[in-house]
Amino acid sequence: MQFHRRGTSTCVFEDMPVVVSAAAVVGPREGKGPLGDTFDMVYSTTLLGETSWEKAESKMLRQAVDLALAKAGLEESDVDFLIAGDLLNQIISSAYMAREYDIPFLGIYGACATMSEGMGLGSFLVGGRFARYVLVASSSHHDAAERQFRYPTEFGHQRPPTGQWTATAAGAVVLGAQGKGPRIESVTIGRVQDYGVTEPNDMGSAMAPGFADTVWRHLQDMARQPEDYDLILSGDLGRIGSVVGRQLLRKKGIVIDEIHQDAGVILYDPSPEVGAGGSGCGCVASVFAGKVWKELYEGQYKRVLLVATGALHSPTACQQGESIPCVAHAVSIVSGDH
Amino acid sequence: MTKANIREQEAYSVFLEDFRPKRATLRNIVVAFLVGGLICTIGQGVLTFILSKGIPLKQAYVLTSSVMVFAGALLTGLGVYDRIGSFGGMGAALPITGFANSVVSPAMEYKREGFVLGVGAKMFQVAGPVIVYATLTATIVSIIKLYVF
Repeated sequence: MQFHRRGTSTCVFEDMPVVVSAAAVVGPREGKGPLGDTFDMVYSTTLLGETSWEKAESKMLRQAVDLALAKAGLEESDVDFLIAGDLLNQIISSAYMAREYDIPFLGIYGACATMSEGMGLGSFLVGGRFARYVLVASSSHHDAAERQFRYPTEFGHQRPPTGQWTATAAGAVVLGAQGKGPRIESVTIGRVQDYGVTEPNDMGSAMAPGFADTVWRHLQDMARQPEDYDLILSGDLGRIGSVVGRQLLRKKGIVIDEIHQDAGVILYDPSPEVGAGGSGCGCVASVFAGKVWKELYEGQYKRVLLVATGALHSPTACQQGESIPCVAHAVSIVSGDH
Repeated sequence: MTKANIREQEAYSVFLEDFRPKRATLRNIVVAFLVGGLICTIGQGVLTFILSKGIPLKQAYVLTSSVMVFAGALLTGLGVYDRIGSFGGMGAALPITGFANSVVSPAMEYKREGFVLGVGAKMFQVAGPVIVYATLTATIVSIIKLYVF
């Protein structure tokens, strides 16, 4: 049997899965941010007419999935797998979204790395000819995450400058065996990295080693230089994690400063509330599905490396004194005419 | 193995120091002093007003606290106190209005899970430890006062 693997961690596709459509929906704060006009839909409230944050998040995710399906011109019956994940306990936003669709469902958890984990898995299913089309979606909701990971939303407290603001956003993409659009050429699944950071208010620093390791492995496996990419989009290292991640790569002789952007940094205008930048599964999902997918589709970018990074801790683990294990997965995407 | 060993962890922690922004301690202290001072001045105003109505001092203290707790709760319900807290930090958290905020905010947050398992169970999520250790400290200090002095 011939394996489609290169180096230590990278899978390459003979038949490259196509990202046929993408949709991003966001909350009001994200809509007012620098990327506001790149999203398909901006909600005016964070409750979305629902009775709880959790229900609102699930609705948002459903909206992103519906939009992605409509943009691809597909019916539910055309899609063979639905892969989704979010930040809430037992990934309820995804499960409650999935009960609305007649599509086989795989729920995944990769914290903020969920989108690239899902796109990786979806590519394997399409590339391995197990599916015609796969829907991949992920979401996060600021208030729902806040009450689960930190404090009640109306509790008055000061956020440290290293803290990150969980985005109220959802993104969905449709991967297909054929069609027009950017194509996924390779996927690098990351290893969990833990450098002993115990502060959940500084996830950027915790995630940076995972990011650096995955980018380094991807470039090694593919025998490439950073210059071969027009953009390395990480999500969500934030301002601090981005600098640390770039510095860690520099130590290995890899300079990505010119081509690196972080979804958490570009989603919001800087403010003390937002702290080091955005975070959450929906952050990188919406930035990719909104801005980057379009730019790839239109050929403004020839090759993009999407590296979503996830902090795999829980409040319980942190209270028990555990450090934060982190993972990053890379998906290399080329524009249609490549 | 991808879990860094102690030496690597320490090296990383030292490496991080250059990148972590310092907390704006001086700014936070000054703002906390002003915000906390303002809240206490309002409290003093309330007390003076109540006293001017001829209410005895002991009862006026209790009434003032009640008024301030009510104000904190109201501002939490109106979605204002979290902003005062994020601006004023400890200055907003320490006065009794902050205590009201710490009880009312979880009560509001968990109302969706019902009045028993939501509001009832989670109301003291933030304030609980304060009550426990305040009671413990008060008891210990009282014992010391009673038997030592």
